[in-house]
Amino acid sequence: MAKISLIVNGNPVTANVDPRTLLVQFLRENLRLTGTHVGCDTSQCGACVVHLDGKAVKSCTTLAVMADGHEVKTIEGLAADGAPLHPMQEAFREHHGLQCGFCTPGMIMTAIDIVHRKGNELDDHTIREELEGNLCRCTGYQNIVASISAGAKAMAKSDLA
Amino acid sequence: MYEFKYHRPGTVRQAANLLVKNEDAKVIAGGHTLIPVMKQRLASPPHLVDLSHIEGLDTIEMKGRSLVIGATAKHAEVATSVIVGESIPALASLAGGIGDPAVRHRGTIGGSLANNDPTADYPAAVLALGATIVTNKRRLKAEEYFQGLFTTALEPDEIITKVMFPLPKKAAYIKFRNQASRYALVGVFVARRPSDVRVAVTGAGSEGVFRVTAFEEALKKRFASKAIEGIDVPADGLNSDIHGSAEYRAHLIGVLTRRALDAANAKE
Repeated sequence: MAKISLIVNGNPVTANVDPRTLLVQFLRENLRLTGTHVGCDTSQCGACVVHLDGKAVKSCTTLAVMADGHEVKTIEGLAADGAPLHPMQEAFREHHGLQCGFCTPGMIMTAIDIVHRKGNELDDHTIREELEGNLCRCTGYQNIVASISAGAKAMAKSDLA
Repeated sequence: MYEFKYHRPGTVRQAANLLVKNEDAKVIAGGHTLIPVMKQRLASPPHLVDLSHIEGLDTIEMKGRSLVIGATAKHAEVATSVIVGESIPALASLAGGIGDPAVRHRGTIGGSLANNDPTADYPAAVLALGATIVTNKRRLKAEEYFQGLFTTALEPDEIITKVMFPLPKKAAYIKFRNQASRYALVGVFVARRPSDVRVAVTGAGSEGVFRVTAFEEALKKRFASKAIEGIDVPADGLNSDIHGSAEYRAHLIGVLTRRALDAANAKE
């Protein structure tokens, strides 16, 4: 077992984990943060995307021990319970950016990372290129792209960047 | 994934000692190759030595006429580095096209080179630019470093510390992605170096990355896509699978080399 200490959604967490525990397993099974999903488990689909030190990563391809000493943010960390949604979440709701919702947490964490790197004014081509590592199998990307475009603009006016 | 013991050394020397002490130990940095193969149980190292917390191992800097990239520099860091963008923009663009944004936040140049996947992008750049792989023990020229499919000159207790790229006069990398996996079906890196021209191909060769000497000879006289017109790449030794026949890949090598040459010449 390995002892790890990290910050998850602003809260310090300490745990003893088997070194082979994936970060996504640790989040879901140890911390019960089940918003982060396991889709393909092969670093392709992006359902498991979380922020590690502020950057989007695939938590199915990161060991929990490798996050020791670092900061993790999951979909649950975007807005407090009962508080208004994060502008990117709100944009997905408003623009019907989800159908079954399985890919949504990863889509939103990726979308926020795109805004951090590329700014608040995103053209559709950029958004589609940047979504290379996130798959939606319900219906398509039209509304996801529209949501991210609107969410990016809304983030400029929000404190919840 | 099978059980393993996790080690986190603070220095390259400690990491090397751990590799000597623990037989079959593997080095991990970003984990974007090793974790997937461990999940599939294609690899089951009893010890993992994590390099990602060694300070200074991800430094990107100019040293004399060479661009030096630390082994744990992540693809996203190489892609967005001003130093790389100014010295070898083709390399920045190559790094920015690996995998997807989240993968680029974790995967490292050292990991890609140590694994030497036959469809990886970096090997093409290293071979075409004539880079030197620096390890904790020695310096390896690109030509001696790559030794076939997933095989390199690295010894079991040897760790890549940095890669030194001499600056080319012109360079470009173009890849044709497999539509499903997005890996390079064929990728071609062309480099006009002060002394010669190199054309390195990834994705196509059954023994991994290789050079197309027939193109190189013709391009030495004239570095332009017209110079290689009429020169065919033989399909012998190229991969043939459901994604493309060896003949198709051979054809792509010619097409992509011409596109890369045009791109390199357009960057005046």
